[in-house]
Amino acid sequence: MSFVQNFPFFSIILAMFSGIVSSVLKGKKARVLSICAIGVTMVLSAAVLAHCVVTGESYVYWMGHFPAPWGNEIRAGVLEGLTALLFSAIMLLSVIGGVKYTQTDVEPGKQNLFYILIDLMLSSLLALVYTNDLFTAYVFVEINTIAGCGLIMITQTGRSLTAAIRYMVMSSLGSGLFLIGLSLLYDVTGQLLMSPAQEAVGKIVESGQYEIPLLVIVAVGSVGLAIKSGLFPFHYWIPDTYGYATPTASAILSGLVSKGYIFLLIKFYYRVLSPESVVRSHIGNVLFLFGVAGMMLGSLRAIMQTDTRKMIAYSSVAQIGYIYMGIGLGTPEGMIAAVFHIFSHGATKALLFLSARGLYRVSGDRTDFLALRGSGYRNRLAGVGFLVGSLSMVGFPMLSGFISKLLFATSAMASPGKMLTTLIALAVSTVLNAVYFLRLLTGLYRPARSGAYAAGAGPDGAAGGRGNAPGFRIAVLCLIAFNLILGLFSQPIVRAITEGLAMFS
Amino acid sequence: MLGELNLNLEEEAAMVLFGIGFTMLLLHRNLIKKILGMNIMDTAIYLFLAAKGYIAGRQVPILTGGVTDPAAYINPIPSGLVLTGIVVSVSTTALMLALTIRLYERYHSLDLDRILISMKQEEEEQL
Repeated sequence: MSFVQNFPFFSIILAMFSGIVSSVLKGKKARVLSICAIGVTMVLSAAVLAHCVVTGESYVYWMGHFPAPWGNEIRAGVLEGLTALLFSAIMLLSVIGGVKYTQTDVEPGKQNLFYILIDLMLSSLLALVYTNDLFTAYVFVEINTIAGCGLIMITQTGRSLTAAIRYMVMSSLGSGLFLIGLSLLYDVTGQLLMSPAQEAVGKIVESGQYEIPLLVIVAVGSVGLAIKSGLFPFHYWIPDTYGYATPTASAILSGLVSKGYIFLLIKFYYRVLSPESVVRSHIGNVLFLFGVAGMMLGSLRAIMQTDTRKMIAYSSVAQIGYIYMGIGLGTPEGMIAAVFHIFSHGATKALLFLSARGLYRVSGDRTDFLALRGSGYRNRLAGVGFLVGSLSMVGFPMLSGFISKLLFATSAMASPGKMLTTLIALAVSTVLNAVYFLRLLTGLYRPARSGAYAAGAGPDGAAGGRGNAPGFRIAVLCLIAFNLILGLFSQPIVRAITEGLAMFS
Repeated sequence: MLGELNLNLEEEAAMVLFGIGFTMLLLHRNLIKKILGMNIMDTAIYLFLAAKGYIAGRQVPILTGGVTDPAAYINPIPSGLVLTGIVVSVSTTALMLALTIRLYERYHSLDLDRILISMKQEEEEQL
């Protein structure tokens, strides 16, 4: 066993311990520790990815040297490594980019608490990505929920408190369903580890027993995780939750947290049940239907908004719909497209939330479209960031969103029954995306009315882009680059996803 | 089919309780009752697990009197899961209760709809 194989475990434990240590640190030190931990995690994940790519196979890591039916396991392959790498990269950029805003939004005495939550969030996301044990996954789902709730409510406004309670209610429903699903699975298979459970499920399917319990397990597990990731019609908590948190929290919640659950769902399908039995259960059709509905209605609701924060949040509802549509296609190509969109949306949403906050800053902290007029000139970097993010969401060539849409469209070709619906849904939703994003974008580059804010000077006296904190600048530039890389050099990433999914089963 | 109903009474009770808890958590407007519903839902799952781990006529899985034959004991894994689950649900309950206290201090109500209305009013006043 090579030393690199320890890294998934190291990165989870590192993130968790830095959270514990942060509880006795002052805000600034906690921040440095957190950023370092995320950075180190990124390097470790990259090493895991490199190791898996070079050896060309996944490996199972025994926790505490207990073999399969008793011990707890971590499993790492190309897809896990890639996901961990990209998740930690997006997280790092969101944290760095939002440092200034975190300082203003969070009470001075509670700064370190914010970074504890970030650390816990990171460790739970990594655990969801790496774990090979369903019950461990459940425990980390709950840790993730609690950390997410903390990130929402830490700004202490009325909005964020009510958003947090709604988030908790919906998340508890989701985790309850997931827990009953895995209890039933344990009941029929006698296993909680993913690989032995898959063998047992295979035998059960072959013998033709327990058809209904298996169907219930698939349904309950999928619905539970779909509620938690905010699939339409369980999306009503999303706008307030994503819209009114501090930008770092918004970026992480919308870009990563919901994606962590979707990743777990994909693992549940590939590693516990087999893709064939999932297709046979027709749950994919249900997810497909709600995914398409979410794409349409999320975009329509986004068009109706006049508040930028809510508009971006509703656009997340639509993007989650895309991912579920890809999963619902029930083909390997659809799954590849869905996984690619997880990364693409994560990078784009982080960019949008960060740069939007940069635009509010130069518009007197107002968020309606009217106040944002001309803010693209007042804060050029944020304007460019928002431009790139929006165009990527719309599906402009060269940006990551275009590749997602291309992958969705080509994968639809392979599943005749759903081809027409998918293509129409993609076309309509692209037009709708364009409507609301371009409406805002044209506003950003129109001169402000009656000189409310004299050109170049924000209300806080910051001139142009010069008022941007260095961290914000780095993060926005990196995220723009990230989007371009995903858009221009998507082949290696798509190949890695394909390889990783092949390793799953 | 109905004749088999009395074979799995614990499991049936667990599923009914799960339904009750789920509905309460989803539909009730009172926050405290929502939290109660969540606890009922979680407890129902623990009942289900405990019932599944129990094998009639066997002992608690604690090694006593040098009996090492696993056939003498019940399945200990569900019990372990229940313990872990209880820890998790205690922490979520604590968090929800803390949030409820915050909301009550701010809006003087436990009714989620009323809280949402006063939150919107408060925001309009600020503008």
